[in-house]
Amino acid sequence: MTAAITAADPMVPRVARVLRRRRNGPQVFTLDVEPEDPAPAFAPGQFSMLTAFGVGEAPISASGDPAEPGRLVYTIRAVGPVSSALTRLGPGDLLGLRGPFGMGWPMVEAPGRDVVIVAGGLGLAPLRPALYRLLAERARYGKIVLLYGARGPADILFRNEIESWRRRLDIDIAVTVDHAPPDWRGHVGVVTRLIARADFDPLHAVALVCGPEVMMRFAIAGLGEAGLADDAIYLSMERNMKCAVVFCGHCQFGTVFVCRDGPVFRYDRVRSLLAVKEI
Amino acid sequence: MSPTDSTQHAVVTPEGLQALFEALKRRNYRVIGPILRDGAIIFDDIASVGDLPKGWTDEQDGGHYRLHRRDDGALFGYAVGPHSWKKFLLPATQRLWSAERTEHGVAITPEPRPSERFAFIGVRACDLNAIAIQDRVLIGGAQADLRYQSRRQGAFIVALNCGVAGGTCFCASMHTGPKASGGYDLVLTELVDDGEHRFVVGVGSEGGGTVLAELPHRSAASEEVAAAEAVVAHTLANMGRAMYSDDVHDLLLRNLDHPRWDEVAARCLTCGNCTLVCPTCFCTTVEESSDLDGSRTARSQRWDSCFTMDFSYIHGGSVRATARSRYRQWMTHKLATWWDQFGTTGCVGCGRCITWCPVGIDITEEVAAIRGSEPS
Repeated sequence: MTAAITAADPMVPRVARVLRRRRNGPQVFTLDVEPEDPAPAFAPGQFSMLTAFGVGEAPISASGDPAEPGRLVYTIRAVGPVSSALTRLGPGDLLGLRGPFGMGWPMVEAPGRDVVIVAGGLGLAPLRPALYRLLAERARYGKIVLLYGARGPADILFRNEIESWRRRLDIDIAVTVDHAPPDWRGHVGVVTRLIARADFDPLHAVALVCGPEVMMRFAIAGLGEAGLADDAIYLSMERNMKCAVVFCGHCQFGTVFVCRDGPVFRYDRVRSLLAVKEI
Repeated sequence: MSPTDSTQHAVVTPEGLQALFEALKRRNYRVIGPILRDGAIIFDDIASVGDLPKGWTDEQDGGHYRLHRRDDGALFGYAVGPHSWKKFLLPATQRLWSAERTEHGVAITPEPRPSERFAFIGVRACDLNAIAIQDRVLIGGAQADLRYQSRRQGAFIVALNCGVAGGTCFCASMHTGPKASGGYDLVLTELVDDGEHRFVVGVGSEGGGTVLAELPHRSAASEEVAAAEAVVAHTLANMGRAMYSDDVHDLLLRNLDHPRWDEVAARCLTCGNCTLVCPTCFCTTVEESSDLDGSRTARSQRWDSCFTMDFSYIHGGSVRATARSRYRQWMTHKLATWWDQFGTTGCVGCGRCITWCPVGIDITEEVAAIRGSEPS
């Protein structure tokens, strides 16, 4: 038997305390949490399993700065019993925490190249740790482009932060909404339509894509039309997940497990899977 | 003869088998073997040789299982039933941890690692392979399922070279049987034809040799070793079904949109029986429980099935909403993507999924149908 015998049971969470809770939009909240044991380091794009005691557990991507010690940040939309219970937690409340798990964004491959980030809706949350790292080490990268689409102005995540990034001259940011009230003066339409007008060198760029699956399909097509090669596009997949350590079988995506081999995949490695319905 | 010399064989009588059970119980093993219950041969605790389904055999076909009397007193004269050993190594439900709210916070108590040690009696070659496959999945990766690991490492395995091929068996074509080729402590071949009821015993581990040495036994004569080989050869020649599996990985993955999936989906009830009887299906889900004021909570794990809608549910709906996609997921996982994920097949040819499918869907027939009608 060649099992890697670890002392800790991978299915048992550690306890973490909520430090802060902020509302980001309708049904969307960001929790800053501090584990009782020292916080495990995470890489941009990785996720954790968060437990609302007595309710259940759900996979949630880290949305904070990996360089900030002792604190983990999760942005959660209340859609089911677990995520709703998590978003009701406030400062001092306790939750369970396992992870981080999975393969994150290609921070190692990106230096020296332009970085195009395409985010839809809550998909901006798993990309925010990557943005923090890109901006913290700004000189290592070429152009940085952020294209972000939300349903409406009220749904724009991290709006203050996006606006402060926009004041910088070393990042191009375009924000669009699907549905606009009369007082909206920004872009209207799907985020994928912003790709054609973005300024980057497709031969020396990587794209990081996260959002609803249908949006990612259109984004991949748009990035391909802009001249990006399939192996320069990375996307973060979502599947049902119960264990995050390959025991439960739920997150299978054809030949791969999203928890182990993803959630971030290089597009050319899952292109054939994405072409099959209901796989 | 040294009892640990695996090239040598011993012979024990049914009384010797009884001595084996007693030797295992003395070592604090929980002895589990085949018994007859509710019209089927299943696995549960056995106290003595008298608990074994003596003189019974089974008739199996797609969606069909019946017991019949044999005209001899064979103790293992049948094929596999609806149970597999996974019900002991990976129980259908088990608690993972509990948590209690205290003055200072929440205290999480992991469920203690299981201390129970199983001795499995009559593990056939297909099921030995199934256990090896679950080993790869649950303890062969970067993280180990500690509860499975404890039960697995504590287990004593008495294998059985099959004397009967069931109507839905296809281990030969999956290269997994009918002869046990390793992964056991002792291996039995039942000889019942020539008047003297006895077992040829092979040794597969040092522990197996030590136990055998405690039993009344004698060295096997060369004719007895040959008779044991003949039993396996006879089983091999009478295999109920076959599935040509050498090309099945590529075959299925290049036919994910084959019309046959619609055809099988029209028959499949998506009941999940196949996943429950399958000895390699390992999927589980978790469930939370809580007392009324939420001060004590617990998480349990239970078997799950890829045939349910919940299995692939994410916000907005199930990824695999159709019966077509769920049957395809199960079959392509078993025969194809398991190779990509774990470097092995997920099917051992035991035939349980065929026998226990209420509408008799036959995985060997489905593979053959796709192979025979590939769109060009």
